[in-house]
Amino acid sequence: MSDANKVALVTGASRGIGRAIAEQLAASGLTVVGTATSESGAEAITAYLQAAGNPGCGMRLDVADDDSVNSVIAAINERFGAPLVLVNNAGITRDNILMRMKPDEWSDVIDTNLNALYRVSKACLRGMTKARWGRIVNITSVVGSMGNMGQSNYAATKAGAEGFARALARELGSRAVTVNCVAPGFIDTDMTRELPEANRELLLQQIPLGRLGEAAEIGALVTFLCSDAAAYITGETIHINGGMYMG
Amino acid sequence: MSSIEERVKKIVAEQLGVKEEEVSTEASFVEDLGADSLDTVELVMALEEEFETEIPDEEAEKITTVQLAINYINENLA
Repeated sequence: MSDANKVALVTGASRGIGRAIAEQLAASGLTVVGTATSESGAEAITAYLQAAGNPGCGMRLDVADDDSVNSVIAAINERFGAPLVLVNNAGITRDNILMRMKPDEWSDVIDTNLNALYRVSKACLRGMTKARWGRIVNITSVVGSMGNMGQSNYAATKAGAEGFARALARELGSRAVTVNCVAPGFIDTDMTRELPEANRELLLQQIPLGRLGEAAEIGALVTFLCSDAAAYITGETIHINGGMYMG
Repeated sequence: MSSIEERVKKIVAEQLGVKEEEVSTEASFVEDLGADSLDTVELVMALEEEFETEIPDEEAEKITTVQLAINYINENLA
């Protein structure tokens, strides 16, 4: 199958890392569908994909909602064909130390970051196994390996996503579907721009390369993992963090 | 138009990579025809497409032999 006919689905693609991934997958020649939780987010995705001359579009998707997932996947199948590349990027944080963490702060993060992998990946597997070709990349975090104060919920989902990828990689290996994780460290996005200046200084001291990462650097790695050249990499978590954590 | 039995056997042979003459009605997908768990899921997907139907997961899990597949189609497609 030529790349021009391949469809990539990127969740959480309106800004930050997800947007960089969607843009670079588009530049690599795939038809890209990016999702956002809001209509305006979906429109923004359509706008940047169209500006890049990509035939894909933005769609509204709540990965925490079964019906939303099933209807969006059905719409993509109908309009573009089954996605053979899936980047599970959508994620949220609800930070709190565990002694103060509310049940919904725990369960919202588990539902959006981890349970969504079950929903969205499962919905895409039929197309990939049939095509005898597929790529699933979960965007995790250095926090899944290192831990981080106030992020027990988030860290649990990111470590969970990596175990999920290893198991699924074994299930789908015979169909040439690879399943991997990309674990970014601190990347210059809206999420990290909210950090107070003092925290930022401390953080930079822990990063051998002495700077935050660029979203485009994550996009490049994910695009490689989704290419034919990466066909022999599966079940792997690739860290990209400026040396702050060396696996 | 081929009979349901012929159509089912043809799909089983294609999906599991075996010769059509090896696909007896009594054959079990896993024990006789060498299917693994993913093969059986894909087989059901192929049957769904051939017969333009949707087979619910709880029914699909019970379809373990060629005969059971033929029975399911006969009972649900008439």
